[in-house]
Amino acid sequence: MTAGLLEIRDLSLAIGGHPILKGVDLSIGQGEVMGLVGESGSGKSMTALTVMRLLPFSARATGSVRFDGIDLLAATEDQMCALRGDDIGMVFQEPMTALNPVKTIGEQVAEGIRLHTGAARAEAEERARKMLDRVGLPAEKFPLSRYPHELSGGQRQRVVIAIACALKPKLLIADEPTTALDVVLQKQILELLKDLVRENHMGLLLISHDLAVVTEMADRITILRRGEVMEEGETARVLSEQVHPYTRQLAQASMHVPKRRALSPLEEEMAPKATEGVASGGTSNPIPRPVETTLSILPDISPSRGERTPLLAVKSVSRLYPGRRLSLFRRDTPVYAVDDVSLSIAPGHSVALVGRSGCGKSTLARMILALDKPTSGEIRFCGQAITGKAEADLKSARRDMQVVFQDPYGSFDPRQKVERLVTEPLHLLEKRPSHAERREMAAHALAEVGLSASDLDKYPHEFSGGQRQRLSIARAIITRPKLVVADEPVSALDVSIRAQILDLFADLNNRLGVAYLFITHDLTVARAITDEVLVMHEGRIVERGVTKDVLDHPQSDAAQALVEAAPDLHRAIARKMQEQG
Amino acid sequence: MTAYLLKRLVIAAITLVLASMVVFAVLQVVPGDPARLMLGMNASAEQVEMLRSQLGLNDPLVLRYLHWAIGLLHLDFGRSYTYSVPVLDLVRERIVVSLPLALIALALSTAIAIPVGLYSASRRGRAGDVIAMGVSQVGVAVPNFWFALLLIYLFAVWLRWVPAGGFAGWKAGAWPALKSLLLPAVALALPQAAILARVTRQALLEVLSEDYIRTARAKGMPYRAVLWRHALRNALIPVLTIMGLQFAFLLAGTVIIENVFYLPGLGRLVFQAITQRDLIVVESVVMLLVAAVIAVNLLVDLSYALVDPRLRSRE
Repeated sequence: MTAGLLEIRDLSLAIGGHPILKGVDLSIGQGEVMGLVGESGSGKSMTALTVMRLLPFSARATGSVRFDGIDLLAATEDQMCALRGDDIGMVFQEPMTALNPVKTIGEQVAEGIRLHTGAARAEAEERARKMLDRVGLPAEKFPLSRYPHELSGGQRQRVVIAIACALKPKLLIADEPTTALDVVLQKQILELLKDLVRENHMGLLLISHDLAVVTEMADRITILRRGEVMEEGETARVLSEQVHPYTRQLAQASMHVPKRRALSPLEEEMAPKATEGVASGGTSNPIPRPVETTLSILPDISPSRGERTPLLAVKSVSRLYPGRRLSLFRRDTPVYAVDDVSLSIAPGHSVALVGRSGCGKSTLARMILALDKPTSGEIRFCGQAITGKAEADLKSARRDMQVVFQDPYGSFDPRQKVERLVTEPLHLLEKRPSHAERREMAAHALAEVGLSASDLDKYPHEFSGGQRQRLSIARAIITRPKLVVADEPVSALDVSIRAQILDLFADLNNRLGVAYLFITHDLTVARAITDEVLVMHEGRIVERGVTKDVLDHPQSDAAQALVEAAPDLHRAIARKMQEQG
Repeated sequence: MTAYLLKRLVIAAITLVLASMVVFAVLQVVPGDPARLMLGMNASAEQVEMLRSQLGLNDPLVLRYLHWAIGLLHLDFGRSYTYSVPVLDLVRERIVVSLPLALIALALSTAIAIPVGLYSASRRGRAGDVIAMGVSQVGVAVPNFWFALLLIYLFAVWLRWVPAGGFAGWKAGAWPALKSLLLPAVALALPQAAILARVTRQALLEVLSEDYIRTARAKGMPYRAVLWRHALRNALIPVLTIMGLQFAFLLAGTVIIENVFYLPGLGRLVFQAITQRDLIVVESVVMLLVAAVIAVNLLVDLSYALVDPRLRSRE
């Protein structure tokens, strides 16, 4: 490798007295791609912000950070301003908020150019135009006068990349640049970054929690854990040999497939048995509890009847959104968010609904949960129609159908205790449980998701992201639902936590016979814990079948695009091995 | 944009009509007979009755409301019971004092508050911020008439730069008139500026933690430039909201300050009219203020759209 462009030696960082980084070494050569991998809280982003010198006020850094011969830790703010955006560019994780909403994209790209080159407005705008063309935002569709809110997430990320690369920096830092995007967009953005790095011979510090993404992109890789470098080296060697136990642990967690009971879509006889277990108080259940009190208020499940009727049946459901208003009296043509979709889920089955962002999968889920009304079509749950019913008549359906959301941080009221949060759905029961019963049931639900009864009196902020997702699941299963709809339930979690949560989902499916509808753009999740997969594209279901079959041999264009774009660690390692020998 | 504008206009019109009904209705239930008050305690029942029918006070409620409301549309506010002159003349006389006063006070308060807010936000937690916010806390807490007394003592009694009270009138020239409005405007502006500075600081701090501020910093933009070019405009919406509310207050809620400085403003007119049961004056001035407040709010709504392109494209 060429002489170091960025040399970080023994970097330690503390914020408000808390150590964040401990003696980190990292170097990037010119034109080299360095992948920085670690779980949340490992200090990846803080390493990047130290290089940019954009740390919070209370941060204290020691050690040495040299960029192109300049000691960054000793540089003045004026020197840093001259470097930022000119020699060092940065791309951030969240494209939806990374752009100023009140300024046009042209202004925002041209601003940095004018600042560093002193170019006149017209000249800077011309360069901004060229840069936007380069990142795939052509003038006809994306004039400089567009505002960020008129662009999609992927398009906004292209603008951010245009800002970062406008002056052909020597070093580009990309902090989780594709984490907020769906897999197809992720692939496009990664390829764009790769091309830009090659064209301009830039060094790239690619930060990601996703081992597969980093493996595909990086020449060398640094693995960070709790502020310390665990391992560093050529990507192919580090990942093929997996000498360091933590590297191995990360790699295994990213490829983790939970143990599930054998259940092909044809073996429907299995399902009622599992449900029976619940009705009889959960015989497979290791946690002792007063069966009488709990049982008396749990919904009575009669599995014998209607074995053959599906748990959930969606019949040619459509959801039409009125078109955007063009003027006072004219509207655009209406949009079908969901277009003539039919599906069914058998009791105890686990089904994945996969598709790119904006394909209509969340709209469909909202209708299944009776949170939105279909424009046409019918949804039946447990044999009962739920479309067009009054809220009061939905009580039993709501009890048997619960939801787990993506964001484990946003889905709890921070001022309520866990007991209150987890028992929230209990108002759906026919008989109002007493206070003692509520506490009992909450304790039981916590035990089922691997938390303890002593957590009942804690507040949400006392839990980590993974534990909070366990709380969401506890809340979802407390009414003993037959169906849990999970909207990207693990995409906000670290790989090791994600493996645990997937195990938990699989375990609850085995023990309680809960059916799942997993909404995800992540095929590894679908592959890990679902029996069937439905591929959705532009409001329609374009492919369906046994998960393994569909994902191994996708037929439709949409499914092929998803499978092809999905990062895969095995494949990535194999490819890197060839490249790096 | 047109849809946004039209919607706001319709809402403003409806608000105005509803407000006029409320104003009218409330004054019907206030005790005290204007006819009796005008004639004095010694008037006979017949005399009172005659005056009541003369003033139209015996007509049915709806008729009286319509009569009044249609009059308003023609700028015919009726005649004052006590002064026996058209209300319009009274209002016109007073508004040339109150409107400039409110505008000067608002301009002063904004001119103080925005820079202080920017300064405080840019040095959050440091000495300058702590001092500025401490002073603004005092500004919020101390009533404006107290400031007024201090100002009179300092600038009128001690330094003798400006008159201690009274209004010179615009006929004598712009400068003497402005001079007599200066102290009251400062007294009104200080507490408002204190509130506005705090709102500005808070709004800026919220904006400064946004991702796009980091993006701007990553471009190599110095902190101050980021504050001016990226943060301020995004922080303007709450600031504009408060400014709209403050203008409404400054136009009408200045009774005390007008009394301290002996200014013949709208506030004093209403106050006197209320004590004298001069209902027609009260109604008219209140409606005028309602209209002013609605107009200002409309302007604020429109300025939101100017500030934020997302509102322009929304319905």
